[in-house]
Amino acid sequence: MASMNMIQALNSAMDIMLRDDPSVVLMGEDIGYFGGVFRATEGLQRKYGEHRVLDTPIAEGGIVAAAIGMSLNGLRPVAEIQFADYIYPGFDQIVSELARIRFRTAGEFFAPVTIRTPCGGGIRGGQTHSQSPEGIFTHVSGIKVVMPSNPYDAKGLLITCIEDDDPVVFFEPKRLYNGPFDGDPAKPAVPWSAHPKGQVDEGHYRVPLGKADIVRAGADVTIITYGTMVFVAAAAAAAMQVDAEIIDLRSLVPLDVDTVCSSVRKTGRCIVAHEATRFSGFGAELVSMIQEECFWDLEAPIQRVAGWDTPYPHAFEWEYFPGQARVARALKAALESA
Amino acid sequence: MAEPYKHSRLHLPRAPARPGEAPDFSYVELSPAGAVARPDVNARARDIGSLSLELVRVLDDDGVAVGPWNPHLDPAELQVGLRHMLLTRLYDERMQRNQRAGKISFYIRSLGEEAVSVAQCMALRPGDMLFPSYRNQGLHITRGMPLVDMMCQLLSNTRDMCKGRQLPVMYHSKPGNIFSISGNLATQFPQAAGWAMAAAIKGEDHVAATWTGEGSSAEADFHHALLFASVYQAPVILNVVNNQWAISTFQGYAGGEQRSFAARGPGYGIAGVRVDGNDFLAVYAVTQWAAERARTGGGPTLIELVTYRAGPHSTSDDPARYRAKDDHLHWPLGDPIARLKQHLIGLGEWSEERQQALAAELDALVASSWKEATSFGTMSEGPKLDADLMFEDVFKEMPEHLLRQRALMRAERSG
Repeated sequence: MASMNMIQALNSAMDIMLRDDPSVVLMGEDIGYFGGVFRATEGLQRKYGEHRVLDTPIAEGGIVAAAIGMSLNGLRPVAEIQFADYIYPGFDQIVSELARIRFRTAGEFFAPVTIRTPCGGGIRGGQTHSQSPEGIFTHVSGIKVVMPSNPYDAKGLLITCIEDDDPVVFFEPKRLYNGPFDGDPAKPAVPWSAHPKGQVDEGHYRVPLGKADIVRAGADVTIITYGTMVFVAAAAAAAMQVDAEIIDLRSLVPLDVDTVCSSVRKTGRCIVAHEATRFSGFGAELVSMIQEECFWDLEAPIQRVAGWDTPYPHAFEWEYFPGQARVARALKAALESA
Repeated sequence: MAEPYKHSRLHLPRAPARPGEAPDFSYVELSPAGAVARPDVNARARDIGSLSLELVRVLDDDGVAVGPWNPHLDPAELQVGLRHMLLTRLYDERMQRNQRAGKISFYIRSLGEEAVSVAQCMALRPGDMLFPSYRNQGLHITRGMPLVDMMCQLLSNTRDMCKGRQLPVMYHSKPGNIFSISGNLATQFPQAAGWAMAAAIKGEDHVAATWTGEGSSAEADFHHALLFASVYQAPVILNVVNNQWAISTFQGYAGGEQRSFAARGPGYGIAGVRVDGNDFLAVYAVTQWAAERARTGGGPTLIELVTYRAGPHSTSDDPARYRAKDDHLHWPLGDPIARLKQHLIGLGEWSEERQQALAAELDALVASSWKEATSFGTMSEGPKLDADLMFEDVFKEMPEHLLRQRALMRAERSG
């Protein structure tokens, strides 16, 4: 085991996959010589060569399309989109092409492409460097959607995604790159080295898709969340001294329905929390699914915690961000009803 | 000796010099000053293809204006140009320092590229619409936006034109006819073509001008712009600012290695002109030519401005990691401010003393403007924008769900 932050864990995953599988190639803007604007691919071009770790033009549509083409010719591309906010020029290639190649060819062609992209706010990035668009992609049939919340999961999940024969959009909550974050920007930053999930196996290992992690077992209420909000939700519940069961989904598609529903059946109360905007967000899917499966076990309406339905505002980051106060309000409502 | 290739090969463009290596600009194809012919503004694109491969230059090595592209500007106009460029540079320098001191969250300088925005803006009319990229602050300065207004945007304070919603440097000016800057790349390029199509539909003689970096020209939107401009022969000036670097990625990765960026114009049936972007007179002349062409029904022009990003991409960037140290000092086309200054001194219309006095005056203007701007609030002190503002302008009328969320946010903030 070694102490790693999330960037180092992701780098380790790609390092191992480049080493073990000659069909794996990395591609993206500034990822080669420079090592990526967040340093996730640092040193990998030097180690594996310019033919394995490719700098690309600034053309996200081209990056996704070329990755598809390369995958159709036997490679296993891992494409970086520098910010999730920049993924939209690649949207048609992801939605209309990548997601459906297996389906439309009756399984004869498939495109094992992994798209890595940093998401989320809290870094003073304004409306074009802070978005959480995972719900846009969970709505597309044929794409797996993953978002880790810590270094250990990030590495194991990324290895699983690269080895997966289906396409994946892998969201990296960039506020968590250097340490867990409980939603309070005034507190000093905590490094991953101080957290158990910052201890990462240096070798090859997988964390399965479709398997949620019960971060904390509890009896009073279930909090279903992922990414940045895992630590915010845990801190809010702890501050209220609520015995919450906290579930980190890790993969949104496929979704671990069993773990979620078992927990809700046990606690009878539930809130769902994500940083993304609320309206038609992934939380709406979770709430629907839970009421279909667990309606008669529920003691109270399910509450949603989310970003407001506005673009991410530069000056009002912390008024926008669904911090502990918003989680606390939802917990209170879920616990008080009925 | 390498074996001859027995199979296809993947070509990987190489930057000419990386850290630890000597700067190398031998790849930059230059034409002598004054050597490129100036065709009639209504020449057919197919007849002037060579303009996209040569390099229009007016100022020679001694700072003398030569050749058919000399715009013959009055010394007073040249002095205005020098002033705007110097103000842009001094503004940039101080804002960079303010970012380093934690007073603003982010900044992007235009160091070494000042002639692009200033000369081009001066060659256009106030009614012409500008669709800038994020390194075009000289457009705002040339169109007379008060520095205080620009600084208030950087501070996201109570006088911020964007009401706290945009990253620093994402200015706009409705009265100045300068469109909002997007954080996404090249999106403005085809929008400018659309604005120009509307001008033609309405029978107006305004033109649109837009800017993108050579790196961003890789985006599909660049090609949409050329296509629509070509199909409708829209009165638009499409500018590629080739400053050689897109963060760490050398221009070869945007396709500049095989052919000039200007040469993409003729491929679409559009006039393409490659110009020395650090030569104020050449930039002015080429823009004036393109504007007259557009205004008289000659259609669009693609201009490649060959320049050099002398500073980092932004305050989040460190070029020491990927390019040769101090390489901008070796850039063969020099510095735009130094070159215009030299030209004016040669004309007997300027002096080192006047330059120093101007710099002192402008520096004082920047300092006093900053003082005034910070009186409207900073990130840490003074009056603050009301967070309620984030719910406004999502739509013209605030829908029910946003009204509810605004009330929830107020409750959240009052504890």
